[in-house]
Amino acid sequence: MHKKGTKWAIYSVIFTIITVLTGCEPLLVLDPKGPQAARQASDILLSIGIMSVIVIVVFALLVYMLVKYRASKQRADYEPPHIEGNLWVEVIMVGIPVLIVAFLSYVSVQSNYIVEATPKGYEDKEPLVVYASSSNWKWHFSYPEEGIETVNYLYIPTDRALEFKLYSYGPITSFWIPQLGGQKYAMADMVTTLHLAADVPGEFMGRNANFSGKGFAENTFNVTAMSQEEFDDWVKEVKETAKPITEKKFEDLLEPGHLGQQTYTGTHLDFSPPPTGHNHTEESSETHEKESHTDSHAGHESMNH
Amino acid sequence: MDFFDRFAVPHPSFAIYASMAAIGLTIIAVIAGLTYFKKWGYLWREWLTTVDHKRIGIMYLLSALLMLFRGGVDAIMMRAQLAVPDNTLLDAQHYNEIFTTHGIVMILFMAMPFIMFFMNFVVPLQIGARDVAFPRLNALSFWLFFMGAMLFNISFVVGGSPDAGWTSYFPLAGTEFSASVGNNYYMIAIQIAGIGTLMTGINFITTILKMRAPGMTLMKMPMFTWSALIANVIIVFAFPVLAVLLAMGTLDRQFGTNFFAMDNGGMDMLWANIFWVWGHPEVYILILPAFGIYSEVISTFARRNLYGYTSMVGSMVIISLLSFLVWAHHFFTMGQGAFTNSIFSITTMAIAVPTGVKIFNWLLTLRKGKIVFTTPMLYSMLFIPLFTLGGVTGVMLAMSAADYQYHNTMFLVAHFHNVIIPGVVYAMLAGLHYYWPKMFGFMLNERIGKWTAWLLSIGFVLAFMPMYISGLDGQARRMYTYSESAGFGPMNMVSFVGAAIMAIGFVLIVYNIYYSTRYESRDISNDPWDARTLEWATHTPVPEYNFAILPDVRTNEAYWDAKKNGHVLFKGEFEKIHMPNNSGIPFIMSCIFFVWGFSFIFSLWIPVILTTIGIFACMALRSFEQDHGRYISVKEIEETETNLRGA
Repeated sequence: MHKKGTKWAIYSVIFTIITVLTGCEPLLVLDPKGPQAARQASDILLSIGIMSVIVIVVFALLVYMLVKYRASKQRADYEPPHIEGNLWVEVIMVGIPVLIVAFLSYVSVQSNYIVEATPKGYEDKEPLVVYASSSNWKWHFSYPEEGIETVNYLYIPTDRALEFKLYSYGPITSFWIPQLGGQKYAMADMVTTLHLAADVPGEFMGRNANFSGKGFAENTFNVTAMSQEEFDDWVKEVKETAKPITEKKFEDLLEPGHLGQQTYTGTHLDFSPPPTGHNHTEESSETHEKESHTDSHAGHESMNH
Repeated sequence: MDFFDRFAVPHPSFAIYASMAAIGLTIIAVIAGLTYFKKWGYLWREWLTTVDHKRIGIMYLLSALLMLFRGGVDAIMMRAQLAVPDNTLLDAQHYNEIFTTHGIVMILFMAMPFIMFFMNFVVPLQIGARDVAFPRLNALSFWLFFMGAMLFNISFVVGGSPDAGWTSYFPLAGTEFSASVGNNYYMIAIQIAGIGTLMTGINFITTILKMRAPGMTLMKMPMFTWSALIANVIIVFAFPVLAVLLAMGTLDRQFGTNFFAMDNGGMDMLWANIFWVWGHPEVYILILPAFGIYSEVISTFARRNLYGYTSMVGSMVIISLLSFLVWAHHFFTMGQGAFTNSIFSITTMAIAVPTGVKIFNWLLTLRKGKIVFTTPMLYSMLFIPLFTLGGVTGVMLAMSAADYQYHNTMFLVAHFHNVIIPGVVYAMLAGLHYYWPKMFGFMLNERIGKWTAWLLSIGFVLAFMPMYISGLDGQARRMYTYSESAGFGPMNMVSFVGAAIMAIGFVLIVYNIYYSTRYESRDISNDPWDARTLEWATHTPVPEYNFAILPDVRTNEAYWDAKKNGHVLFKGEFEKIHMPNNSGIPFIMSCIFFVWGFSFIFSLWIPVILTTIGIFACMALRSFEQDHGRYISVKEIEETETNLRGA
C-alpha cells in the first residue's frame, strides 16, 4: 500500500503542475469520468513520470559535459584523448532503457486487454449496445434494444457498460469521447467495437477525431450521462413523442452537411444494416445475413449519385 | 470551354490569384534575366546537363530551400488561422489543402532533397571517390525529383491542390469524396519523384559498397557514410511499396478499380496499412542521415573521435530493421484488437533503445573533449535536449491503450514536429553551415547563424509545446477552426507567436546567405573547421575529379590520422583520370516525364501515349549510345592542382 501511496503522490504532483500550466482547468483526457479513460489517464501520467526522469538525466548529463569540457575551460594545448568505447558503459546504456521499455511494455499490454474488454467493475450487468455510425458530417446513434435513434447526441446511463458498434457511411472517422475513453475508427466495410462506461452523470464532449473532409471541424456530438432511471424515462418519452425513422428519411439524413440534434423511433439497422466486413472481422454481427453487405451501401449510393 | 474548365482552380481565393501572378512574374523574370545576361548556354552546359555529384547536390539544396519556404508559408497560414477561435482567415477547403501540401512538401520535397543534397555532396568525398557509381542515373534521379516537385506545386494554381491530408487516406481521397484533380496530382507527382528516389537508393548503395578508397573497410567508413548506406538500403526496400501504393491509388481514381473503395470488396484500411509500411521507414530515411551529420559535427567540435563507433553502426542497423515492424502504430485505433496492438506497441518502444544508445554516445563523445561552440555545434547541442523530448513523447505514444487518447490530436502533431524539426531540420541547418565553406569557398556568418539557431529554438518551443497540452485537452488535428468555448484559444495563440518567431529565423538564414556572400572572407583554408574526415582533405573549391590521387585510408578518421599521426594520404604520382561526360538526356527525359505526369493527371490520353513513347525513346537512345567518358590528362591535373594550391 505504501508503494501505491508514493505512486499517487508523484501523479498528483505532475497533475498539479499540468493543471497550473493550463490555467487551472483540468485537461479533458486527464479528467476521466469512466474506468477506461481512468486507466488511460493513469498510463499517461505514469509514462510522463518515467519519461521526465529520463529527460532530466539527459539534460543534466548534457549540461555537465558542456560546462566541464568547453574549450574555454581547457588548457590551450589540451589534446582530447582517443576513446573507443567501453563494454560496461554500453551494457548500462542498453540495459537501463531495456528495463524501462520492458516495464512500460508490460503496462501497455495489460492496458490493451483492459480497454478492449468490458470495463472493470461493470461485468455483472448486461451492457447497453449502441450502434454509432458516421456520415458526412454527422453521427447516428441507434439503440436497437430500446428501438430508438438519435442524431448528433448521445444519452447514456451511468454505472453500466456501454458497447459501441462503430461503422461509417463515408470516409474513415474516429469516435471519441475523451472523458470516457480513447477513440476508435469507424469504417465503411466493417464494424469495430469500443467499450466504454460512465462512472458519474454529466455532459461530455464527443467528436469525430479523424479528418473526413470539409465539415470535419464541426463533426461533434454531445454526450449526456444520467442514472438508469432517468435514461429509461428519456427512452419512454422518445417513444411517445418522436416520429419513426423511415428508409426515405434516413437517406435524407445521409446527405452531406450538418444537422442539429434529432430523435426518432425505430432504428436504421432494419433497412440499412451495418457492414459485415471481409469475413475476418471481429464479432461482425451474427444477426445480419451476408448479403446485407451490399444493402448497407444503398444509403451512401443515393448520397453520392 | 469544357476542356479548359478542368484546369481552373475549384476554390479560387485572393491568395491563389496572388500566387498565380507571383509564379508568372518569377518565370518571366528568370527567362528575361537569363537572356539579358546571356546565361542560357552556361545554364545548359554547367547545370542542366551536369553529372557531377557536387553540382547535383547543390541543385538539391536549392530545391530544398525553395520548398522549405513554400511549406513554411503553408505552416504560418495554418497557425494564423488557428490563432484565435472561429477565425475566418481561411475556409475549410483552403485549410485542408494547405495542411495537405504542407505535409507533402516538407517531407518529400524539402527534407528528402535536403538529405539527397548531403548524400550527393558528402558521400563521394567522404569515401574518397571521384563521383557516384552511376553519374548519369544520379542526374536523372535529381531531375525526376525536381519535375515531380514542380508538378506537385503547380496543383495550387492549375486544377486544385490535394485536400485529403499528406496520408491521403481512402475513401476520402477517392473520387467519391474528392472529385477534383488534386489527389491525381498527389498520386502522379509523388510517383515521379519516388522513382528518382529509388534510383538514388540503388546508386548510393553501389557507390558506397564499390567505390571506397583503398584501405577503407566498412568499419572504417565515416559515420555519415554509414548512415547514408543504411538510409539507402531502407529506400530500396520501402520505395517500391510507395510506387505500388500510388499506382493502386491512381487505378482507383482514374480507371475505376476498387482496391480502396467502399463497395465491391474494397478495403479502406488497406491504403492506411500499405501507406505506413512505406511511411514509417520513410521517417528513418530522413532521421538516420541526420544522425550521421550530428555524429560528424559533434565529433569535429568536441575535437574527439566519436564514442562507441561500433554501437553507433549497430544501433542504426537495428533501427532500420525495426522501422519495418512498427507500421500499425499509426492506427492502433483501427480495431485490430489487443494482441496485435501489443506486438506493435512493443516493437515501437524497442526503437527507443538503439536511439537512446545514440544519444548517450553523443553525450560521451563530449566527455573529455574540447568543445567549440560554432553554429553547427550549437544546432547539435540544441538538438540533443529537444529531440529527447520528442523521443520520450514517442515512447508515450507507443503505449497503445493510451494512444487511443493521443491519436489524431495535437499531441501527435507536437510529437512528430518535435522529432522532425530538432532531429532532421536542425541537422540540415547544422550541415548547411558545416559544408557551406566546402561548397562555396566562404563561411556563413557565425553571429547571424547562432542568432538563427536560438530564434528557431525559442520559436520551436513556443510553437509546439502548447500543442501537447491542447492535444490532451481534446483538440483534434486538422480542424480548420474551433469554438471559443472549447478553450483552445490561448494555447493556439502561443503556437502562432512561436511559428512567427520561427519564420523570422528562416528569413535570417536567407539573410545570412546574402550577407555572407557579400562580406565574408574568401581567404579560408581547405579545412576551416579542423575536421576529421576525407572531404576536408581535398581543395576548396573541390576540383571536378575530387582527389587528384585516391587517398589511402587506415582509420575511420583518415584526415585526422594524416594531420596528427603523420599518415600519408596521397601516395604516388598523378595519373590520367577517367570522368563521365555530361548529358542532356536526364533533363530532357524528366521534362517529358513532367508533361507525361501533367497529361496523366488530367486524363489527356493522347499526350500520355506520345510522352510515354518519348520516355522510352530516351532510354533507347541511352542504351545504344557509345559514350565511354573522357580522360583528364596528367598535365591538366597538374595545372589545376597548382592553381588550387596557390589560391
